Amino acid sequence: MKWDEFFVTGEPMIYAAMVSIVVVSLAIPIALTYFKKWNWLWTNWLTTVDHKKIGVMYILAALLMLFRGGVDALLMRAQTAVPDNGLLDGQHYNEIFTTHGVIMILFMAMPFIIGLMNVVIPLQIGARDVAFPRLNAVSFWLFFSGAMLFNISFVIGGSPDAGWSAYFPLASLEFSPTVGNNYYAIALQIAGIGTLLTGINFLVTILKMRAPGMTLMKMPMFTWSVLITNVIIVFAFPVLTVALALMTLDRQFGTQFFAMQSGGMDMLWANLFWVWGHPEVYIVVLPAFGIYSEIISAFARKNLYGYKSMVVSMVAISLLSFVVWAHHFYTMGHGVMVNSVFSITTMAIAIPTGVKIFNWLFTLRKGKISFTTPMLYSLAFIPIFTIGGVTGVMLAMASADYQYHNTMFLVAHFHYVLIPGTVFAVIAGFHFWFPKVFGFRLNEKLGKWAFWFITVSFNVTFFPLFILGLNGMTRRMYTYSESTGYGALNMVSMVGALGLTVGFIILVYNIYYSVRYSPRDTNGDPWDARSLEWSTHSPVPEYNFALIPTVDRLDAHWFSKKEGKPLATGKYEPIHMPNNSGVPIIMGAAFFFWGFFMVFSWWIPAIVFGVVILGTLAYRTFEKDHGHYISVEEIERTEKALRGEQHEN
Amino acid sequence: MKQLFPAQHVMGFLFSLLLSLVALVAVLFDLSFAAGMTILVVTALVQAGLQLFLFMHVKENAESKTLYLNILYALFVGLVTIFGTLFAMRWGYMVK
Repeated sequence: MKWDEFFVTGEPMIYAAMVSIVVVSLAIPIALTYFKKWNWLWTNWLTTVDHKKIGVMYILAALLMLFRGGVDALLMRAQTAVPDNGLLDGQHYNEIFTTHGVIMILFMAMPFIIGLMNVVIPLQIGARDVAFPRLNAVSFWLFFSGAMLFNISFVIGGSPDAGWSAYFPLASLEFSPTVGNNYYAIALQIAGIGTLLTGINFLVTILKMRAPGMTLMKMPMFTWSVLITNVIIVFAFPVLTVALALMTLDRQFGTQFFAMQSGGMDMLWANLFWVWGHPEVYIVVLPAFGIYSEIISAFARKNLYGYKSMVVSMVAISLLSFVVWAHHFYTMGHGVMVNSVFSITTMAIAIPTGVKIFNWLFTLRKGKISFTTPMLYSLAFIPIFTIGGVTGVMLAMASADYQYHNTMFLVAHFHYVLIPGTVFAVIAGFHFWFPKVFGFRLNEKLGKWAFWFITVSFNVTFFPLFILGLNGMTRRMYTYSESTGYGALNMVSMVGALGLTVGFIILVYNIYYSVRYSPRDTNGDPWDARSLEWSTHSPVPEYNFALIPTVDRLDAHWFSKKEGKPLATGKYEPIHMPNNSGVPIIMGAAFFFWGFFMVFSWWIPAIVFGVVILGTLAYRTFEKDHGHYISVEEIERTEKALRGEQHEN
Repeated sequence: MKQLFPAQHVMGFLFSLLLSLVALVAVLFDLSFAAGMTILVVTALVQAGLQLFLFMHVKENAESKTLYLNILYALFVGLVTIFGTLFAMRWGYMVK
């Protein structure tokens, strides 16, 4: 392999990206050395096993990826804004829509959701950490090295270019000869293992570590949604693991699983991909439903309407999510029977989802609604998501789908589902739980400016795509001629994309502004909310709860406030907490290099780093680590400081 | 000493080895496809049950209800994936 094959060359934008990557990767260590922050970074963040800090790192990475994926989106909109545009060539456009899709789903939506889970779940169930804190750190570092590996494909070797769904035969070695799709297979494999570990971890945490008295039917709705999500993760991700392994074998080891001859079957990839891929949609959308349930009931000042039906509909969605996958490829050769069955199962999903929508509406009914930023996102979600859902039912009808399939109508549909469904939810959750982690709220005025920019621009960007799709514009086409008449609506969409950019910039500026100027909270419950996480201090101490609360009903914290009865009484006892560890980050780094060498089929270094990975596992097996105890005096000191009292001495 | 010796587990281990040997019959002898598959499916099911109940202690857990539910869910997803794939990609594929 020659150097000009190794690095991506020939594009001014890529050179600019290379320069910025080099500058940033030099600037960070220099700044850390100059400000003497290496030790702080290592002991407080990189080696942490604290679920709150891991959550914060997940969310930071997700925001970073939001901007990477967002730049991809802007480039796509800019390229298609006018007919016969030459901003990007076809190959570059292919790479950009591929990385946009992969990054937004797997490296933005997933980590944002998992980050919020990490921050909130142990607090919401009254636990001191997750069930396996060390494993949690491993999950994060595997996700992070997967994400970084995927991102460097941009400048080293070339990005994958066969779409985020990487259909065979296009993704095969024959038609995609660059290493791009090797990156896809290996980076997703590494991040996917991390997600699978998260799924197991949170499943055990929620089933085993709830506060005394919190039976399953007294859990907050977000915890319920996360429980069900993790069940789906545990059962769906192994399919992706297997499919990606087969892809790697096909591309790098000469097997013929997805080949068009020799007994292989190219469509089997699409089949396996969506067996994972459809449940994946619910993995990112169910926690969002949980977030909305929390926020809507908190700001309507009412308990959630139809708690039981919410739980039942989520269980129904989780089962149905596994029986609908073939609706992603109705037009690819199935008989009438197959398409009819999958049409019916798909439409059936609209029933439990509809139940949830009505439950939120009834929660709002006669509530004393306060229009805070998180509440605004939740209120906007209901009508916009409904448009996404209804167009989904249109697409679910197999015979009608022959008209919509692979058009911009489909693109508009899934953005109308995923942006209000997931992105609005994580932003709302971010605003809602931010004060819990940092001890102050984000500025409401800036928050609302960002909200209006994002919501209005979102519709300006994506609504025209419905019409473009019905007019016949297919997805993934990098340019079109003027005579098609697609120009005007694409230009409208571009304007919307610029508005979205402004909205997200305000959102990030708001973080900076609030860090400097926001008044600090004093009572740990700035929103006057309902669930257990608001009963401890903000920022939350390392041990979460000095005394574990006892729960006797749903919204126990709310009733304890109303009735003036504390949730926990008794004397402090020493608290057992897990120790920090450097092994997870070393393991993540080893996975990164192993993956990199695997991508280029450089076997010897790949084997070396494979041995390092096994070494970290062996080290853990023989390691004696019994954690540490926080003494009663230290708890008293921390609690006093957090209550704002002075030290006695 | 008798109480300390894990007789049940040793027997279970030997039995699982035996099951693996029986499964080998399917390739060692010139059997018909149906006969081979029957042997494989039966030994696989017995083997899975043996592992779950003897070595993974499904019964000994206080919350075995959760575990049974989990196994049921896994069965549901596994069967749907296998038979759904056959249905979509083989039996109902390219049917005019």
